[in-house]
Amino acid sequence: MNPVISLDSVTFAYGETPAVSDITLDVEAGEFLGLIGPNGSGKTTLLHLMLGLHDPDSGSVELFGEPVSEFDDGHRIGYVSQQSTSQSGSMPVTVQENVTMGRFAHVGHSRLSAHDYETVDDALETVGIADLADRRMSDLSGGQRQRAYIARALASEADLLALDEPTVGVDAESRDAFYQLLDDLNADGITIILIEHDIGVVTDRANRIACINTELFHHGDTESFVDSEALTEAYGVSGRVVHHDH
Amino acid sequence: MSTDTSPTDSTAPTAADGTPSGPLGRLRTRGTTRETVELLALGIVGLLAVVMLGFIGLYWLQELPYASTAYEQFRIAGRLLDLSLGTNVFKHPFMWQSLSTGVLIGIVAPLVGSFLVHREMALIGETLAHAAFAGVAVSLLFNAVTGWDGSLLFGALIVGVIGALGVQWLADRTDTYGDVPIAIMLSGSFALGTLLISYGRGLTGISIEGYLFGSLAVVTVDGARMMAILSVLVVAGVLFNYKQLLFITFDEQAARVAQLPVNSYNTLLVVMTAVVVVGAMQVLGIILVAAMLVVPVAAASQIAVSFRETMYLSVIFGETAILAGFAFSIAMSLPSGGSIVMAGIVIYLLAIALSKNGVTAMSTR
Repeated sequence: MNPVISLDSVTFAYGETPAVSDITLDVEAGEFLGLIGPNGSGKTTLLHLMLGLHDPDSGSVELFGEPVSEFDDGHRIGYVSQQSTSQSGSMPVTVQENVTMGRFAHVGHSRLSAHDYETVDDALETVGIADLADRRMSDLSGGQRQRAYIARALASEADLLALDEPTVGVDAESRDAFYQLLDDLNADGITIILIEHDIGVVTDRANRIACINTELFHHGDTESFVDSEALTEAYGVSGRVVHHDH
Repeated sequence: MSTDTSPTDSTAPTAADGTPSGPLGRLRTRGTTRETVELLALGIVGLLAVVMLGFIGLYWLQELPYASTAYEQFRIAGRLLDLSLGTNVFKHPFMWQSLSTGVLIGIVAPLVGSFLVHREMALIGETLAHAAFAGVAVSLLFNAVTGWDGSLLFGALIVGVIGALGVQWLADRTDTYGDVPIAIMLSGSFALGTLLISYGRGLTGISIEGYLFGSLAVVTVDGARMMAILSVLVVAGVLFNYKQLLFITFDEQAARVAQLPVNSYNTLLVVMTAVVVVGAMQVLGIILVAAMLVVPVAAASQIAVSFRETMYLSVIFGETAILAGFAFSIAMSLPSGGSIVMAGIVIYLLAIALSKNGVTAMSTR
């Protein structure tokens, strides 16, 4: 079976500033990959390259076995961007409308069917926010908003969930519940890529770790990462590892 | 065209078999009165639009046998309306023309504006209006030099759409609808317009004031027909692409990942904006045209719960502002553009007051 994502010697720079340098790695189906690295290490850029939001300067990216530029099964990916979760935008969109967007890649210009609405309902139930369906997204707490975005990914019946720092501004209790939800979804066979600044969370939850700082310092299972020197190498010997107590 | 078929079909919370379930069921039973009132108002707006399109069609085709009879009936109805209201308005075809154009603007401007405002692209309308102004100036000069007697609005439409594509081109390359390129485009096209008009003043006797401030008398036969055709196209465009436009407006990156052709939809939105702006500048004037894209949507966003409701309310508010503005403008013999925008702002202030009094809270609880 093809890997879900396959990067081959991918390099990308913003102008003269290299963001990602010569990274080769595969993400297999069913993995829970934690993507870590210091601030400005190119984590988000790497995720964007994986999803085709940026084109690499050199190297190649494949999504579900297809070159990313030719990939068109958009509904197979659920993506929760940094902006979308930290936004407190004033656009009046209900939770229901947000989750329904997960069906849009399926239906195109056609009308939504009863099956589409059922899928949306199920997704809301799964993440436990069915009672918030007609609340405005901007009225939700951080934790509730995360769930609404995950529900959208579930509604699109995604095989791959890509999350960029999804728990910024979310209280500790909601955060634990949220990671429990991710564990459950991963156990159901959904591949997860998670960018998270809290290394403790990543080593607890993910079964694979990619540690980058422009270059790839380590890619392997969580145990091998914990045993390795990758963390100090990537974050620098000064040990400026960010610790969070929330 | 009728607006009462607004985006209901894309997000209607009723399952196909008519039995809403789960959270959808709850949505359905909540705020039913509110929804009924909104749909009723939308129905009236839709009916008004159909009547106005009917007038423009009949006026156009009045030479044809059946149309001429119907057109005569229309004129008689207008005279009766004048008699009963004690006015001197509805008997004149040119007033109907202005009114039709206004009614259609009241629908299409907030419809397109709903997406623009929430994409934080509100200034694009203003920019494209100034581009269209340059277009009017180019047409004036072109007509004067060649002796051709084409509609000025046609030139405005062409230059407006070119301006729209230019804005989109800049946005694609800079990854944002940044303030700076927009400001350059806005003042640049206005500067070009003023130069052309000053240069051409000796050649033409046409006053540009009507285009600057908007006037009921500025609406030409061609202008009204163009507005009718463009309105049908814009409403169809928004309804057909509602889901895609909503997704892109709410979460552009996720829409890209879902493999939506985001740049194409952005271009569509900007071009539709140019079209609306060119139609609307006859009545509203170049300087005020952006208000119709922004003010009704801002008012609706204060009290609406969902995006669908925002669209419903912004069309209702937009139409109310147009009709109230027209009435004020006719009664006081003042420019229509300023009257309509002031009416819109009154609605906006009322919406803020209402939302402070907890209407939103009431309807979501």
